[in-house]
Amino acid sequence: MDHGTKNHAHVIGYGTYILVWLGLLSFTGITVAVAGMDLQFYNIAIALIIATVKAIMVMTIFMHLKFEDRVFRIFATVAILTLLIFLVLTFFDYSFAR
Amino acid sequence: MSNHALASQSARTDFMRAAGSRKGILSWILSTDHKRIGILYMIAMGIFFAVGVLFGLLIRLELIAPGKTIMEAQTYNSVFTLHGIIMIFLFIIPGLPAVFGNFFLPILIGARDVSFPRLNLLSWWLFVAGGLMAIVSVFLPGGPADTGWTFYIPYSVRTSTNVIPALLAAFTLGFSSILTGINFVTTVHRLRAPGMTWFRMPLFIWSLYATGWVQVLATPIVGITLLLVVVERALGVGIFDPALGGDPILYQHLFWIYSHPAVYIMILPAMGLISEVIPVFARRTIFGYSFIAFSSIAIALLGSLVWAHHMFTVGMSDTAQWIFSLLTFLVSIPSAIKVFNWVSTLYKGSIELEPPMLFALAFIFQFSIGGFTGLMQGALALNMHLHDTSFIVAHFHYVMFGGTGFGIFAAMHYWFPKMFGKMYNKARANVSFILIFIGFNVLYFPLFIAGYMGMPRRYYDYLPEFQSLHFISTIGSWILVLGLIMMVANLLMGLRNGSRASSNPWGGTTLEWTIQSPPTVENFETIPVVATGPYDYSRYERGEHA
Repeated sequence: MDHGTKNHAHVIGYGTYILVWLGLLSFTGITVAVAGMDLQFYNIAIALIIATVKAIMVMTIFMHLKFEDRVFRIFATVAILTLLIFLVLTFFDYSFAR
Repeated sequence: MSNHALASQSARTDFMRAAGSRKGILSWILSTDHKRIGILYMIAMGIFFAVGVLFGLLIRLELIAPGKTIMEAQTYNSVFTLHGIIMIFLFIIPGLPAVFGNFFLPILIGARDVSFPRLNLLSWWLFVAGGLMAIVSVFLPGGPADTGWTFYIPYSVRTSTNVIPALLAAFTLGFSSILTGINFVTTVHRLRAPGMTWFRMPLFIWSLYATGWVQVLATPIVGITLLLVVVERALGVGIFDPALGGDPILYQHLFWIYSHPAVYIMILPAMGLISEVIPVFARRTIFGYSFIAFSSIAIALLGSLVWAHHMFTVGMSDTAQWIFSLLTFLVSIPSAIKVFNWVSTLYKGSIELEPPMLFALAFIFQFSIGGFTGLMQGALALNMHLHDTSFIVAHFHYVMFGGTGFGIFAAMHYWFPKMFGKMYNKARANVSFILIFIGFNVLYFPLFIAGYMGMPRRYYDYLPEFQSLHFISTIGSWILVLGLIMMVANLLMGLRNGSRASSNPWGGTTLEWTIQSPPTVENFETIPVVATGPYDYSRYERGEHA
């Protein structure tokens, strides 16, 4: 059932890409720096939060998800929610043991 | 020749004989026709299946008596590893979706092809490349991998066998699976014929759709995990190996996050196929269509959340143990819904015991045994006793072979006349079914008993008290293989000399039975307009068929 799609050309300037790239590099630096500190549980929490922010930056800007049809955003949301559930369930092991 | 004559000629030329721009084998291995790709998968998988069966036969022969029988322990380790890798990654995961999904998904929804035909061909090429890599790994210096198909750390990092080629093979096969999943999900969303609403779709399509999502969402996780093992082996980076500061339990989590949903990638399409076969041969409208459809989605969802029941003995937290035990029990509900609905469809039906129906009924029987014994392992206390015993081997063979394997055989016998326009010998098909059914149960049921008594899985040697059970099991493997040879020979003979099949030999009501056998390249002369649900047997139910 082809509903037809509207193709909008969204041109993003090089400046935006470079800013996002610098942002990703900065977050990588913060991740490495935080890994060297002893923050107990917060080490993992901070690393995961930074990784999530970086993933959102890549998906919205580099992968153009920000400008795509709603159906693509729904599909991406399903994938992210699934990943989130996997992480939460895995941490039922790591947070309560060892 | 007028345009009309050309059109009518092309409508009669089936996809097997249609002249394309290429000739000979190139017209097949470079074809983007979903039906040809389905048959390419069937041939490749048939070859891999034969090799996997041979390895399985050798395993059973080695275990016929304690001590060395026909091979050394190291060879035995490699043989059961290859048996697992081939059967899981090269036969049963692609199984129904790659062969029958490719061939019938577009036809069943009234489309001419899948959404991305070239991607479809690429996925077959990746499948072949992955399969060849797995085979090449056997012959490279170092010898075939001996880790089991699970590649558990730390052994898979430390063994000197060819683990990296085997891992890369599995990684490549994963990509093939992802591409197929993307194609199927998109096709179901975008290419349904006019009037083919979600709740007019055949249930096989619902199951392929649910499977497609699992393929897309879960496979990348095992892909990156296997690559990390490659990095660990090749570069000595400590990720999973405790000796390098890694965490082996994390590997098990990541491996099973994919590999348990993979079980549903294997079984869901078979469940969909059974939902096609039962109403046709019971002459009954399927009971509880929407429940079966939603149970496929529920199985895909819940089945993705139960992976750690493979790890109850590794020292997980108590919280994780009871949560995963609970989730494991929950996933049995949608599976049971399907079984109840199939049985309810049979009730008061005009049952015809044709070969596809026999395989479908055997599926219900054996899948039920596999399912119930799975519930036993979901119970934490009992799991401690049964874990890593041959009880597990019996359980998953009842689900994977007794379920999915028999589902594939049912599909072969059900759709054979549509795919090739010929009919096989039904009497021989029935005899081969009986041999396969008896052989299968004689092979695997004793392993439940041996496992319950304490026989570990994957062991080369065993105590004398297990010998009689192993002996019976090995006899079963011979009966099973005899049945398989007879079944394949019968189908090949049908392909060569079978009588001409009509376009609808079983009296089916779904779209594939409205077109000629074999189908044309375009499937439909004009795209059909769908006005009813897929299983309308009301005239039989009113007694009007006579």
